[in-house]
Amino acid sequence: MGLAKRIIPCLDVDAGRVVKGVNFVGIRDAGDPVEIAKRYNQQGADEITFLDITASHENRGTTVDMVERIAGEVFIPLTVGGGIRTCEDIRTMLNAGADKVSINTAAVNNPKFVREAAERFGSQCIVVAIDAKQVSQKGEPARWEIFTHGGRKPTGLDAVEWARKMVDLGAGELLLTSMDRDGTKAGFDLGLTRAIADAVSVPIIASGGVGNLDHLVAGVTEGGADAVLAASIFHFGEYSIPDAKHYMAEHGIEMRL
Amino acid sequence: MTIAVIDYGMGNLHSVAKALEHVTHENVVVTRDPRRIHGATRLVLPGQGAIRDCMGELERTELKGLVQELLTAQSKPLLGVCVGQQMLLDHSEENGGITCLGFLAGQVRRFDYDLRDAKGERLKVPHMGWNRVMHHHDHPLWAGIEDGARFYFVHSYYVEAKDDDTVYGTTDYGGTCAHVAVGRGTVFAVQFHPEKSANDGLRLLENFVNWAP
Repeated sequence: MGLAKRIIPCLDVDAGRVVKGVNFVGIRDAGDPVEIAKRYNQQGADEITFLDITASHENRGTTVDMVERIAGEVFIPLTVGGGIRTCEDIRTMLNAGADKVSINTAAVNNPKFVREAAERFGSQCIVVAIDAKQVSQKGEPARWEIFTHGGRKPTGLDAVEWARKMVDLGAGELLLTSMDRDGTKAGFDLGLTRAIADAVSVPIIASGGVGNLDHLVAGVTEGGADAVLAASIFHFGEYSIPDAKHYMAEHGIEMRL
Repeated sequence: MTIAVIDYGMGNLHSVAKALEHVTHENVVVTRDPRRIHGATRLVLPGQGAIRDCMGELERTELKGLVQELLTAQSKPLLGVCVGQQMLLDHSEENGGITCLGFLAGQVRRFDYDLRDAKGERLKVPHMGWNRVMHHHDHPLWAGIEDGARFYFVHSYYVEAKDDDTVYGTTDYGGTCAHVAVGRGTVFAVQFHPEKSANDGLRLLENFVNWAP
């Protein structure tokens, strides 16, 4: 009996609309983030993460409106990521009602931004997103590097070292995505998850590759993750949040049921 | 009838104000104006980030004296949240040691660096996520909330109150018993975030709005 592991559905939003929509029974508007967030909340999601993929800067105001509307109706933690580059961006999202922001490329471009953000807003709301790919060859000790631009651009930064550095600078949580696994439905990169979970003191969210409920279980039991993030398996109705929670609980994982 | 969320510059005040608006028709204001704070029927003292900054900002905004006065006067219900709970104690270990408001006897301590769960897995600090809150003493704010219900936490320091009769709720984390709900008289304060704890959190806020100590 103790702290529960968390399940976090992740929604990609473009100009205030959920990309590709979701497939819930009885939902009126499959692209409306407020409807979807309410539904996930009713299902027992422990948090919700929004990834803003809005390309043009002018349309980003719609994301702020969206966060504001959701925060007025859904009372679980909300994280917003994508395009967070300045303290002003963070201030705007927190004022709109986000509880945490996730910083990705801006941390790679300027690691001191993480420190500045943590000092100004507190580590509790600063999540650093780490996109990593395995770079070691077969037979070599496993090694991962940080990639940007959706996994296309290598940075030469060692993922485990980078994770430690981000925590030293004030990250309160790490969102770890395997770019090898993202979209494959082959399961998390458990080696990567375990290496980083053991290297740092802050909670780790495992992401990238979930295809079934066993993958969620393995992320926690083998990977050592504190939370698991998934998108498509929940959005398209393959599994519901209660399905996932009960399955994980049956496998001995403490869950909020 | 007004609920004032005391805005001394620290923390996400909008979340707690929005959650209160969700459970009551009473007017909810986020303010640092002493007249409005005096005029309110209920108060919420939030807090987020480092306790040195919270105490420092409370002093800088000249609200420390007012908050202390209101705590002593016991004239209206006050709800402390997160660092707003911790500040009510005598002292915190954070930031090399910080003197707090001293409304309740006790300390704010850091979780140990090597906490482990029953399976030997290292527990993370901050203590982040949904944990069980056990009712230590009965209280009107627990009405309709199950003993052991889960609330959302984010913190690295926890309250250890000296007097058992000021402790209303406890949470176990790796064998450490955190006093996550404390209070006295018209004051109730929680470490967790009721404004982020789904239905049980909203219920607690509703109980606060209806509380007539």
